[in-house]
Amino acid sequence: MLDQSDGYVTEDGRKIGSVVMEMKNITLRFGGVEAIKNISFDIREGEIRAIIGPNGAGKSSMLNVISGFYVPQDGEVWYRGERRAPMRPYEVARQGIARTFQNIALFEGMSVLDNVMTGRLTKMKSGLFGQAIWKGKAEAEEVANREVAEKIIDFLEIQSIRKTPVARLPYGLKKRVELARALASQPKILLLDEPMAGMNVEEKEDMSRFILDVNDEFGTTIALIEHDMGVVMDLSDRVVVMDYGKKIGDGTPDEVRANQDVIDAYLGVSHD
Amino acid sequence: MGTPTSGAEGLRSIPALLHRNAKTLADKPAYREKEFGIWQSWTWSEAETEIENLALGLLNLGVAEGDFIAIIGRNRPYMYWGMVAAQMVGAIPVPLYNDAVAEEMAYVLDHCGARFVIVSDQEQVDKVIEVQENLHQFEHLIYLDPRGLRKYDHTRLHQYSHIQEQGHAARDELTPELRRREAKLDYDSTCVMLYTSGTTGKPKGVVLSNRNVIESAKSSSEFDDLRQTDDILAYLPMAWVGDFIFSVGQSYWTGFCTNCPESGETMQTDLREIGPTYFFAPPRVFETQLTQVMIRMEDAGNFKRRMFHYFMDHAKRVGPALLDGKSVGLWDRLKYNLGEVLVYGPLKNTLGFSRVRVGYTAGEAIGPEIFEFYRSLGINLKQLYGQTEATVFITAQPDGQVRSDTVGVPSPGVEIRIAENGEVFYRSPGVFVEYYKNAESTADTKDAEGWVATGDAGFIEPDTGHLRIIDRAKDVGKMADGSMFAPKYVENKLKFYPNILEAVVFGNGRDECTAFINIDLSAVGNWAERNNIAYASYQELAGHPQVLATIQAHVEEVNRSVAQDEMLSGCQVHRFVVLHKELDADDGELTRTRKVRRRIIEEKYDDIIAALYDGSDKVSTVTEVTYEDGRKGSISATLEVRSAETRVAAQKMAAE
Repeated sequence: MLDQSDGYVTEDGRKIGSVVMEMKNITLRFGGVEAIKNISFDIREGEIRAIIGPNGAGKSSMLNVISGFYVPQDGEVWYRGERRAPMRPYEVARQGIARTFQNIALFEGMSVLDNVMTGRLTKMKSGLFGQAIWKGKAEAEEVANREVAEKIIDFLEIQSIRKTPVARLPYGLKKRVELARALASQPKILLLDEPMAGMNVEEKEDMSRFILDVNDEFGTTIALIEHDMGVVMDLSDRVVVMDYGKKIGDGTPDEVRANQDVIDAYLGVSHD
Repeated sequence: MGTPTSGAEGLRSIPALLHRNAKTLADKPAYREKEFGIWQSWTWSEAETEIENLALGLLNLGVAEGDFIAIIGRNRPYMYWGMVAAQMVGAIPVPLYNDAVAEEMAYVLDHCGARFVIVSDQEQVDKVIEVQENLHQFEHLIYLDPRGLRKYDHTRLHQYSHIQEQGHAARDELTPELRRREAKLDYDSTCVMLYTSGTTGKPKGVVLSNRNVIESAKSSSEFDDLRQTDDILAYLPMAWVGDFIFSVGQSYWTGFCTNCPESGETMQTDLREIGPTYFFAPPRVFETQLTQVMIRMEDAGNFKRRMFHYFMDHAKRVGPALLDGKSVGLWDRLKYNLGEVLVYGPLKNTLGFSRVRVGYTAGEAIGPEIFEFYRSLGINLKQLYGQTEATVFITAQPDGQVRSDTVGVPSPGVEIRIAENGEVFYRSPGVFVEYYKNAESTADTKDAEGWVATGDAGFIEPDTGHLRIIDRAKDVGKMADGSMFAPKYVENKLKFYPNILEAVVFGNGRDECTAFINIDLSAVGNWAERNNIAYASYQELAGHPQVLATIQAHVEEVNRSVAQDEMLSGCQVHRFVVLHKELDADDGELTRTRKVRRRIIEEKYDDIIAALYDGSDKVSTVTEVTYEDGRKGSISATLEVRSAETRVAAQKMAAE
C-alpha cells in the first residue's frame, strides 16, 4: 500500500509531506510501441518533482498519464490513498490537478484575464441560466472568481497585459499566462510540460522564480518535465530520469547527477 | 472646504497636517492604489489610522528620535505612510531610488547611518542584505510584500503589517510617547533628507526642514490654485524632491488625493483611468507620448490620419491663444470646438489628460514643438525651474505667460540674482538647511545671507521678467578662440528631433565642437520598419548608412540654427558619431534622473573622442556594459565618424 511516512525536510528548510500520488508499474502502449515500460515512482506533498530524459524518452506520455489524458494498459495510479479509475480529463481537474502544455494551448482571441478566468471553470456552480441573467449567486460567484484571478495576475506580474488579447503576446509571456490559468483552479498538484522550452536565459530565470514562489506561497506540489538540465537541478527536490520509456534513475539532483546510466543517456555513450 | 491660508500654529509638521486633514476631510480620499485590478482607496482618517499604527510599531521596535529611516520602493501608499510615520516618531525619512544597484544604496545607507530600512519587496530586501555587512548602524529591515521571503532569517526582518499590528496592540502603552514626540516637531525640525543624484561625485544628502517643505507647498499650491478635489498620479521616483513635494507636501497641505499606479508598466493605463487634474512629467515622458501618437497616426487609416492632421494644424494656430484667454475669431473658435469633439477630446482621453488643469514639465529643456503640441490640445502645460536645494520651486510660469524657451518668473517668496559670470542665485523660505555631514559643500553652495548657487547659467529677459537658462554653469566653457561654449544649448536642439534620444557635445578648449549621438530606438525602429530596412540589433540600426544620413541632416539643420546666435555660433558641430549603445544609468553614464554625466563619458570613450579630433573616418572600440542584475559584459563596434556642414557665424558674415 501507500507509503505513509511523514516525508522529509529539504536543505533550505521546506517540509515535504507524505506521498500524494503514486505510479505503480505503469506501462503505456500505442499499438506496438511501448512508450512507457513498467515505471513506478511517487510524488510527495509540497515537493517539486522533475521528470527528465532525452527526446522521445516518454516524459510527456508520463505526464499525460498523470493528468488522466492517457489510460495506461498496465499499472495503477494512486491518488490520495485511492486507486484512480480511468476518468475524463475534466474529472481529473476537479480532483485538483492542473497542467500547462508544451505547445501553448490558450484561447488566442481572448484577453489574458478571460483566459485566466477559464481556469476557474471547475469552481463555478451556477447554471447557464443564472450566468446569462447574471444576478444574485452568479454575480457573487464571478466577483469571487475574479478576485482569485486578479491575485494570480498580481502574483505573476502580468497586470500590464491583463486586457491584451493573448495572440498579441510574445512567447515567453504566453507561457506565463498559461501558468496563470493553471494556477487559477488553485490546484493541489500542478503539472508543467516543458515550462521553459524556447525561452531565453532571462525568461527562464523569471519562470524559475515563479515556479519556486508558487511552491513556496501556495504549497502547491509541482511535477515538471524539462529539458534544461541546469534549471531542473536547481529547482527540483527529486528527479526521475527516463530513457526509451524506462526509468533509469530516481533521486535527489545530486544522486541523479552521479548516476552512470543517466550520464550515459545524456552524453549518448551507449547509443553512439 | 477652503484651503487654510497660513502655516498656523500647530500646523508646522507633516503629521500635524495629517491630523488636521483626518479631522476636516475625514471621509475624503487621501490615497488610491490600483491593486488586483481595482482602485483601492483610503480616506484621510483611514490613512491617519494606518500611519499611527505604523508609527507605534516603529516605537515598539525601538526607533529613537533623530534616527534615519530609509525608504526603498516604488510609489505605494504604504511607502508614503512609512515616511510620515517616521516623522511622527521624530525620525528622519530618507527615500532612495528603488532602481539603484546595491553599491549605490550602500553608500547612501552608510552615509546617513540608517538604523531602519523600509522596503517594498524581496528584490530590495536582497539588495540591502547584500550590503548589510558594511553598514554598522543598520539594525532592522521592514518589508511590505512577503512573497518569496518566508525562508529568510527573520531576526532582523519584519513584515510591515506585523509591525502595524504590534504597534496597534501596544497603543495604550505607547501613545503618550508618540504624542510627546509629535508635539516636539516644529518648523525647524527635519522633514526629510533627499539625496541628490549627483552629476559629479558622490550623492549629497539635502536636509529639508518642515519650514522648507510646508512653506514651499503652501505658496506653490496658492500659485496654481490647487484644490482639495485635485488628483495626482504618483509615479516618479520617491527619492526625487518633486515627488515628495507633490505627493506629500502639497497633498497634505491642500488635502488632495495621491494615486499610485498598479506597477511601473501599467502607468499609462492607470493614468487614463485616474485622469489626474494636476500632473507632472519630465520632458522625456511627453516626448515619448508624442512619438507614440505620431507612430500610431502613421499606421492609422487614410481618413483618420487626414482628419488628425487637419485639426492639429488648426489647433497649432489657435489652441495656445485660446488657452491663454486671448481673443480668437468666431469661425476659428467653432472649428476648434468641432476639433475638440472629433480629435482633441478623444486624444486627450487616450493620453489620460482629459482633466488636467495644471501640468508641469521641468528638469530639462522641452522641445518647442512638443510643448506646443500639448498646449494646442488645450492642456495647460507649463514649465518650472527648481532643484532639491530649493525644495523644488525657483521659478514657474504663471497661467497666460507660458513659453517654451523660458522657465517662468520667480515663484512666490523667491528672490533671484544673476552673478557676473551668468550663474543664477536664489534665496527663499525653501532654501535647504544643509548637506548632511558635508559642511564644506554646504558653504560652497549657500552663503551667509542665504543665497544659493544653482550651478546654472542664465539671464532674466528684461521686458518679461522671465528667467532663461542656458546651461550648467560649470559646463559653460570657452573654445580655443575664446568664444563661449555651451554644450547643453546645442544638445537640446539636437534632442528635439524625435530620432535623437541623447546627444553629448564636446569642444571645451578646442578649435571646434564634436558630438556623440544616441538614436531613439522606437522612432528610428519604426521608421526602419516602414521603409523595409532590416536590422538585427540596436548597434546595427545605429550604424545604418541611411540612419547616419538622417542624423547628419539633423546636425546640419541644428548648425544653421546655432549659427544664428552671435554668442554661441562657435558651438556648431563639425564632426559626430552615432554611438553603438544607449547611454545608461546602470553604466554610470547618466544619473538616475537621466542627466548626462559628461566627465565619465569623456573618460570612458576617450578613444572615440580622439578619433573625432584626429580626422580619421572610422574608429574601433570596445565598451564595457553593466546588465540590470549587475553582471558585466562588453560590446565592440566600429563606428563611422561623419563630418557635418557648418555655417559662418551671422555677424562675421555681415562683416565680410
